[in-house]
Amino acid sequence: VSTDDLRERVPVRQASPRDPAAAPDPLADRGAPRLSRRIRFRRDRTLLLMTMPALLLLVVFNYGPMFGTVTAFQFYDPISGFFHSPWLGLQNFRQLFGDPLFWGALKNTLSLSAIQLVLFFPVPIALAIMLNSVLNTRLRSLIQAIVYLPHFFSWVLVVSIFQQMLGGAGLLNQFLRHHHIHTWDVMTNPHTFFLLVTFQAIWKEAGWGIIVFLAALAAIDPALYEAAAADGAGRWRRTWHITLPGMRGVIVLMLVLRLGNALSVGFEQFLVQRLSVGTNASEVLDTFSYYYGVVNSDYSYGVAAGLFKGVMSLILILAANKLAHAFGEDGLYRG
Amino acid sequence: MTIPSAIRGPVTGRKAGPTTRRQPNRRPVWEEKPTMVGQFGKGVTLTAVVLAIVVPLYTIVVTSLSGQASINIAGGLVLLPHGLTLNGYREILSGGTVTRSLAVTFGLTAVGTAISMTVSVLCAYGLSRVRTFGQKPVLMLMIVTMFFSGGLIPSFLVVNALGGYGHYWALILPSAVSVFNILIMRGFYASTSTDMIDAARIDGASEWRIIWSIVLPTTKAVSAVMALFYAVGYWNSFFNVMLYVPFDHNKWPIQYVLYQYVNLGTTMPGTGATQVGAFTGPSAPAPLTLEMGVVVLSLVPILLVYPFVGRHFTKGMLTGAIKG
Repeated sequence: VSTDDLRERVPVRQASPRDPAAAPDPLADRGAPRLSRRIRFRRDRTLLLMTMPALLLLVVFNYGPMFGTVTAFQFYDPISGFFHSPWLGLQNFRQLFGDPLFWGALKNTLSLSAIQLVLFFPVPIALAIMLNSVLNTRLRSLIQAIVYLPHFFSWVLVVSIFQQMLGGAGLLNQFLRHHHIHTWDVMTNPHTFFLLVTFQAIWKEAGWGIIVFLAALAAIDPALYEAAAADGAGRWRRTWHITLPGMRGVIVLMLVLRLGNALSVGFEQFLVQRLSVGTNASEVLDTFSYYYGVVNSDYSYGVAAGLFKGVMSLILILAANKLAHAFGEDGLYRG
Repeated sequence: MTIPSAIRGPVTGRKAGPTTRRQPNRRPVWEEKPTMVGQFGKGVTLTAVVLAIVVPLYTIVVTSLSGQASINIAGGLVLLPHGLTLNGYREILSGGTVTRSLAVTFGLTAVGTAISMTVSVLCAYGLSRVRTFGQKPVLMLMIVTMFFSGGLIPSFLVVNALGGYGHYWALILPSAVSVFNILIMRGFYASTSTDMIDAARIDGASEWRIIWSIVLPTTKAVSAVMALFYAVGYWNSFFNVMLYVPFDHNKWPIQYVLYQYVNLGTTMPGTGATQVGAFTGPSAPAPLTLEMGVVVLSLVPILLVYPFVGRHFTKGMLTGAIKG
C-alpha cells in the first residue's frame, strides 16, 4: 500500500477522538488570546525574512515601473531620468488621440479580441467535453499530453512551424504546386491575417485551455447523469442540462478573464509576423507602444499608449466582473 | 488488497466506481450505446486535432535529418524520408552562432530557474503558515502586481536605469518572480501537515531545515511543475532579448537565433552560407535541413523534460489554483 493510497483512505473520520479535524483541539489558537505584535514578530521573523527576496524583486521590477508611468506626463529623456525630465501634462495623450495610427492599432486589437472570443473561446470547452467522453483512460491521457504540448512552445517557434506548413514554400503550397493547383500564401496575406493569428492561437493554447474545463467536468456528480438517464434524457439532453450548467461557473470566470484581457491579444506573435504582413494588419496596442516607445525612442509617447491600455483593461475587468454578478456567478471576486 | 466500500471515504470524481475499481474501458450501465455517427465524428475530430500537432513536428524532424536529395524529391519539407543523415546537426553544432546560443540558453535556463525557484519556494513557505506576522501586507503587495503593471516601456526604462542593458541579468531578474506560481506553491505548503512541522520545530529544526527536509520532499509534484514553468519561460526568452541584448549575437539565446535565422533569413557563421562550418562545398547540408535543425534544437529540451512533468499538470495546476 503506497502512501498515496493511505492518504486517500484516511479521511473516514468515524468519530475518532484523536482526529484533530473531527474534534477540535481545545488548545488550538482560535480561543487563545492574541499575542502581542512584538512577540509575534520575534516568533515569525525568519518567515518574514524568507519573503523578502521575492518582495524586493517585485518592488524593483513591478512597483518601480508602476511609478515609472509618470513618464506618460513628461517629455522623458534617459539622461534626465524620471525625476528631472520636463513635464508636459496631458500633451502626450492629446497627440495620441489625434493619431490615426493609434486608432488603427486599437481597431485591430478590438476586432481581434472579438474574433477570438467567437472562434477561440468555445474550442477548449467543446474539446474538453469530447475528451471527457473518451472512456479509455490511457488514450485520453495520451491525447491530453499531445494537446498540452504547444503551450510550451515560444511564439517564434509556433510562427516558424506555421511558416513551414502554410507559408509560400511550406508543406501546403508544396502539395498544391505538385497537383498544379493555384498556390496560396496565407502567411503574408494581410486580408486573412486575423484568421491566421486566431488559428495560431487556437493551435498553441486551446489544448492547454481544456485543463480547467476538464476539472469542472470531473467535479460533476455522476449520479446526476444516472438519474437523468433513468428519466429518459438522451446524450444531448444530458450535455445541455447537466454538463453545461455544471461548467457554468468556470465558463463565466474564463469569460471574465478573457474580457478583462480584451486589449491584450498577444505581443510576440505580432512582433514576429510584423515584417511579413505589414503594419496595417498587424499593429496592435502593445506593438504600437513598443515601436513608438522603444524603437523610435519616443518613450513618453509609448508609455502614454501603454497607460491608456492599462486603464481601459482595468475598467473592462471591473465591468466584466459586474456582468458575471448579474448572471448570478462569482466571477473573479465578490465585493 | 480490497477495502470494503464503506470505509473508502467519499467517492471522488468519475474514476471511483461504487463497488469495484472501474475498468478502463467500461461504459456505465445506464449509458446508452454510442451511435456509429457519434463515434465516427468524435474519432475523426480528435484524430484531426492530434494530427494537426503531430504532423508538423514530425515533418520538421524528418526534414532536419534529410539530405538535399530527399528534399529535392519531396520538393520541400520531407514527409517520407529517403535516407537519414545527421550532417545538418553536425554542421550546426560545429561551433557557430547556434552552438554558442545553445550554451547561452542552457546557462540562462539553469541559472534563471535556480534563482526563481529559490526565491519562490522561500516566499511561498514564508507566507504559508497560519496567521504569521506581516503576512497580510506582504500578500497584498504581491497580489496588487497581478492586477496592475507599469507596462512594457516603464519596465524597460527601469532596467536600463539600473544598468541592465546588454547584461544577462536583464533577461533573468525582471521576470524571476511569478506571483501566480508563488500562490500555487503557497496553497500546497499550507496543506502540508502542521503536526509534522511542529514536531520538527520541537526537535530543534530551523525554518530553513524544515523547508529542505519536510516541505520540499512532500511537495515534489508541485515543485516539478513550477520548475518546468519557470524553465520553459527562460528557454523561450525572446522579447527580453530583443529589448536588452539585440545586437550582441554572442549573447543571443536560441529563440532569438531562430527568429533571426528562420524568420528573417539572416545568415550566420556555422549555418552553411558563410562556409565556416564543418562541411563546405557540395557536401554541405541543404539550407532547409539546417533551418529545420535549428527549429528542432529549440524545442527538443522541452520535449525531453515534458513526459516526466506532464503527468503532474492537472494536480499541480488545479489544486493550487483552487486554494490560491
